[in-house]
Amino acid sequence: MKRNHLIRKWILSFFLLILAAVMVFPVVFTLSNSFMTEKEISQSYPSESDSLQDINAHQESFSHLKIIPEQFSLEQYKAFFEMKQSFIDKEQSNMKFYGNSVLMVFPIILGQLIVASLAAYVFGKLKFKGRDTLFFVYMVTMLMPFQVTLVPNYLIADQLGLLNRFSAIIFPGIFGAFGVFMLRQFVMTIPYSYIEAAKLDGAGHFTIFIKIIIPYIRPGLAALIVLLFADYWNMVEQPLIFLDDPSKFPLSLYLSQIIQNNRGVGFAASILYMAPMLFIFGFAKKYLIKGIQLSGAKD
Amino acid sequence: MNFRKQLNNDARISVFFLLPSLIGFFLFYLIPFVIGTIYSFKDGAVGGTFVGLLNYKELLASASFLKASSNTFWFTAINVPIVIGISLLLALCLHQTVFFKNVIISSFILPIVVPVASIVMLWQILFDWNGTINSWIVNLGFTQIDWMKSEWSIAVVSVVYLWKNIGYNMIIFLAGLQNIPKDYYEIAEIEGAGRFFKFRQITLIYLTPTMFFVILMSIINSFKVFRETYLIAGDYPFDRIYMIQHYMNNMFASLNIQKLTAAATLMVGSILMLVFVLFAIERRYRKFMS
Repeated sequence: MKRNHLIRKWILSFFLLILAAVMVFPVVFTLSNSFMTEKEISQSYPSESDSLQDINAHQESFSHLKIIPEQFSLEQYKAFFEMKQSFIDKEQSNMKFYGNSVLMVFPIILGQLIVASLAAYVFGKLKFKGRDTLFFVYMVTMLMPFQVTLVPNYLIADQLGLLNRFSAIIFPGIFGAFGVFMLRQFVMTIPYSYIEAAKLDGAGHFTIFIKIIIPYIRPGLAALIVLLFADYWNMVEQPLIFLDDPSKFPLSLYLSQIIQNNRGVGFAASILYMAPMLFIFGFAKKYLIKGIQLSGAKD
Repeated sequence: MNFRKQLNNDARISVFFLLPSLIGFFLFYLIPFVIGTIYSFKDGAVGGTFVGLLNYKELLASASFLKASSNTFWFTAINVPIVIGISLLLALCLHQTVFFKNVIISSFILPIVVPVASIVMLWQILFDWNGTINSWIVNLGFTQIDWMKSEWSIAVVSVVYLWKNIGYNMIIFLAGLQNIPKDYYEIAEIEGAGRFFKFRQITLIYLTPTMFFVILMSIINSFKVFRETYLIAGDYPFDRIYMIQHYMNNMFASLNIQKLTAAATLMVGSILMLVFVLFAIERRYRKFMS
């Protein structure tokens, strides 16, 4: 009986491990391919335009997935750093696009952390008339796809003189309702007695917020950072609409151009693009899991 | 009396704490939403006159809108149950003791943070006309499939959606499973309940609140699949994966504000209806539980 159980456990683990390998495969594949030479890439994966769209299949023109490079090389990385993108009036290095992404994503994360934690305290612990209705309105807008408010958002950005500037993307990002929702879940787990005790000691709301709420919801803040980073580092819709000037595009959009025009450096570019994400994931994985699980918890 | 005073006090301080969020929320979300709805009943964005339901009439007569909304609808209707089924199954597997549990869980949630733009190339290599999958198919003696330019394109996009969303749902289910008291199962066992009975009568029932949340999140995330579609197939992808967001983006590009705002309003209406239906079912369910 016991032995049977052990065998079952091994089979289940094995099966799950295979599935897990499938999930991480895209990352592993991209990483290993980023160490191939450009020549090896173009030989292994002839792009659509190179090979004629023949009705009859030619075995040699197929792209065969290759995991292990024939010879380890940093050529792609070097080429990516040296590559310049030319625009009508200027040339721009690839690192500039990296900078674009950072300049948009960091203010959003920082801003939303501050604004959302303040609001989460109110929605989670303070009482006033209409609070729950207001929170419901927040929730509903959180569910809406970006395109729903596209036109008026564009007009407002125009009114405020934000068009074609990063701020047109940063401001709506800061006030996104997701952070409020997520942090509220964490604030609600704080026992009222903590707050009451602090009040008896003569602490004001602001002291309570800084000394009790913020330290208590730290895991929530960490989870929010990861999720916001994942969302905005990957944004497509907003820059497409609000930025006319392609030299201001974030990496997420620029990368698809690189891949179209220059597959040879695409893998290294992809790895450099996802590296910060993976780095943060490694640090905050524990909080991310906790954060997602609490976001699904019922109040 | 004391409570009332407390309420007033809270209200005053609430305004102070909430103000930054409220200003931004109104300016960038609520007001645009209201303006958008108003535009959908006018014949021009700025200074137009009200035309009633004319925009909606034109919208519903437009073939590309119907195509886009039916694509989005079917994509969601098919993929949400699939993603929930798979992630629930995985959560049930991981709820038992397995080896390498941490490694397995980490691998499943990794796709949440991997930007899709960085794996587009793998997708192209796999699904191109001369892609790897086709080479396997040819080797097996079948004819090539034009993955991205046929009915199959929706399946390709579905795979991306599943890849990205299974982990998120799985760990929410896992938390839900951990919250079911163990003695329920023990009692059922003493009374001689079978495995299937335990799953249906205990696990599924107690997982229902979690289920509502997962359904809602999965639906929202199914709308986000536009990103993936856009990065893989561009502005005008094959008919089958032309989503409602493609339609709205293209209406924006061609400055057809009327159709865009009408489509947006219809979409908001449908999402709201969905939320209310889910909440109503949940309320009923809660009554039933207590």
